Amino acid sequence: MPDSQTEVHNLKHHFADLDQQKATSTFGMWLFLVTEIMFFGGMFAAYLIYRLSYYNAWVAGSQTMEIQLGAINTAVLICSSLTMVMAVHSAKLGNRKLTAICLILTLVLGFAFLGVKAVEYHGHWVHHEVPGPNFHFEHEGNYDPRQVSIFFSLYFAMTGMHAFHMIIGAGLLTWLLIANARGRFSPEYNSPVEMVGLYWHFVDLIWIYLFPLLYLISHHHNG
Amino acid sequence: MAEHAHPTVKMFVSVWAALLVLTALTVFVATLELGPFNAIVALSIATVKALLVLLFFMELRYSTALTKVVVVAAIFFLMLLAGLTLSDYMTRGWSSYINPFH
Amino acid sequence: METASHTVESKTNYLNADYGIKSWLLTTDHKRIALLYLISITSFFFVGSFFAMLIRLELLTPAGDLVLSDTYNKLFTMHGIVMIFLFLIPSIPAVLGNFLVPMMVGAKDLAFPRLNLASWYIFITGAAFILYAILTGGVDTGWTFYTPFSTTFSNTNVVTAALGVFITGFSSIFTGLNIIVTVHRMRAPGLTWRRLPLFIWANYAASVIMVLGTPVLAITLVLVALERVFHIGIFDARLGGDPLLFQHLFWFYSHPAVYIMILPGMGVISEVIACFSRKRVFGYDFIAMSSIAIAVLGFLVWAHHMFVAGISTYAALIFSMLSFFVAIPSAVKVFNWTATLYKGSITFETPMLYTFAFIGLFTIGGLTGVFLASVGLDLHVTDTYFVVAHFHYVMVGGMVTAFMGGLHFWWPKITGKMYPEAFAKLSAVLVFVGFNLTFFPQFLLGYMGMPRRYHAYPPEFQVLNVLSTAGASILAVGFLMPMVYFMWSLQYGKDAGPNPYRAAGLEWMTSSPPPTFNFDETPVVTWEAYNYDEIDAPNKGVEIAG
Repeated sequence: MPDSQTEVHNLKHHFADLDQQKATSTFGMWLFLVTEIMFFGGMFAAYLIYRLSYYNAWVAGSQTMEIQLGAINTAVLICSSLTMVMAVHSAKLGNRKLTAICLILTLVLGFAFLGVKAVEYHGHWVHHEVPGPNFHFEHEGNYDPRQVSIFFSLYFAMTGMHAFHMIIGAGLLTWLLIANARGRFSPEYNSPVEMVGLYWHFVDLIWIYLFPLLYLISHHHNG
Repeated sequence: MAEHAHPTVKMFVSVWAALLVLTALTVFVATLELGPFNAIVALSIATVKALLVLLFFMELRYSTALTKVVVVAAIFFLMLLAGLTLSDYMTRGWSSYINPFH
Repeated sequence: METASHTVESKTNYLNADYGIKSWLLTTDHKRIALLYLISITSFFFVGSFFAMLIRLELLTPAGDLVLSDTYNKLFTMHGIVMIFLFLIPSIPAVLGNFLVPMMVGAKDLAFPRLNLASWYIFITGAAFILYAILTGGVDTGWTFYTPFSTTFSNTNVVTAALGVFITGFSSIFTGLNIIVTVHRMRAPGLTWRRLPLFIWANYAASVIMVLGTPVLAITLVLVALERVFHIGIFDARLGGDPLLFQHLFWFYSHPAVYIMILPGMGVISEVIACFSRKRVFGYDFIAMSSIAIAVLGFLVWAHHMFVAGISTYAALIFSMLSFFVAIPSAVKVFNWTATLYKGSITFETPMLYTFAFIGLFTIGGLTGVFLASVGLDLHVTDTYFVVAHFHYVMVGGMVTAFMGGLHFWWPKITGKMYPEAFAKLSAVLVFVGFNLTFFPQFLLGYMGMPRRYHAYPPEFQVLNVLSTAGASILAVGFLMPMVYFMWSLQYGKDAGPNPYRAAGLEWMTSSPPPTFNFDETPVVTWEAYNYDEIDAPNKGVEIAG
């Protein structure tokens, strides 16, 4: 597509040129991610305080986590970040077909993550580890079961909020796929792909911390 | 489009491989009994992974100074939230005889 | 310099560019969205005022004879929620900020016009939840949603109201994000940071707080709702949680939120005081930097709301000291405004009257805040009417006064019409008198030990309460009058012309009402902010006044 035509079609009225428009949307997206950091930050702060206060309960709760599943999910998300970054890269090169393939792969990996998460949630439900009236926790250790319930509350709040962001991300990926199929993106105009990319990597970033915090650091292999 | 230095596919793949290796490493370290160092090592590895994602996948390395300031500011305020809240929890036991509410 | 043409009458502007309800509800023009916000927040202001009047009526007599104690709990809760989340937080940023920020930086619109419209719809959606919660029985937790009352014991519409506050939070985040990005990326050529009007600095600082703080409130309210619905126990001591953690997270947003409310008001004051003193603001750099300082320091002081809640004594001392620091940038502003007046050619137009009111009332509100920041005194007067009086001096005496001043100052720009000056001055005086009569007695009541949030009180407090209620009715008249004469001015007001006050600033260099894209040509800025010496120079004045 000729440059001038893209410019006319994609440049919004209040910007001087596409460069200003792109710099603006990138900056806006990063600011939005700041709000996301603070959003999850509230839960991270709660986690930190309760872990320091209720360490034994944290150990007891951590023992029930399936480290293998968590590790597999971490790998799945990292792979999806690679396919996402490739989607952005190919969109910048104007390779529509490769963009579509990468977006579909990202979407598939995203759903794989959610599937594994659902298996884990199911396991917790079956073992009465979901806080609320159904909660029942009896393992060896010197702790107050109510405090283990707080561990699981935070576990579900944090991973649940993370999964919710993945679902929104899946919606955004679908939207990109449609726009890409319609030929909306070009080497000159591809910032929606880039913005969704930033969002997707951010969700990956949160999981990179959730995995050690919830699965690894309080886990003791020798009891 | 070629006015900025752009990351290459080769770089993306290397970062991806590094992230997978670090994941394997952190899972392995978790099987060792290192006392408090379990947490420190796991969170250090997580931070390295997070930096890799930020700098290369999210292209923060190629971003403007302003964007970098924004990211640092977010982390700073997150630290404030956790740190100042902790200042309460960590000092509650220090001198209960002064505090009329204990 | 660019000057607006004299053919204002025939010119297309943002108001007559398009007609019909659809052209308003689907607009992406920041000026129209500002008006949508203005209409919404004015309505909510009167809803909140209605609850305030019922509270004042109940307190007219010592006995709890108008409403039951449970109803009274709901009244002050709904007064707080509506006033804070549906009026004060969006008031200046989403109305005046929305209207003026793009114009002041010489841009055609905010950076993300569609996000701007979305923020209004999100705001209305959140407001609908809050109104629904009110209409179906109300909430009685106080606007602070303190746990475990909100999560376990209250049997009112806590979840619906919290959801409404959660949703309006996103509208505030999006407004803040839009303002920050606009100031960074959309400034006209030549408009360096140090040439920006102080209104921009103030709104920028407030926006930083909105972006950093609001998400923490959002997640806290989510946890409250989860706890209430699923009994998960993060904040409930019976279930092993810590209610104080809720207060920490809540005040991490809600204390800085006070600065979201007051900072934009301070921005208005800087504009108005320079214009009606015909002087460059004294200490421009200090006022600009003090806005940023307030935004950052504001995040370090939140636990002064929790001195008696059982936090550690050591933490209380740290937070007390940090709270004193906020007084420094606030005082820097007050001193610089006062110094601006010195040897200025002061005139007493309505916006200036509000500005004088602001400086005095904010100073009282701020200084009583210093009292409350000191642990020893706070133990004595916490949860009394002293606190109520303190924050009303800041919120109403400061913020609402500044909003009224700003609305009068830019009304000719927004509508192209002048309001009747005599009535406006009268209403400004009524607001000032009514306000002081309402809230000054509350300082005395609080100091004498009358606790807040009770619907009955011992008879010896009655005289001061009657004064307060009488003041509130004067205040109500003062707020109703502008409703009438602003409406009147739309039809019968004199044409304002592009710059009725011969004020400095890019927004005054285009016609009133401005054209859809604000400027016919993108302005190129070659002068400092508040160049009143140039404007008033004998040979240049006419040209700039248009």
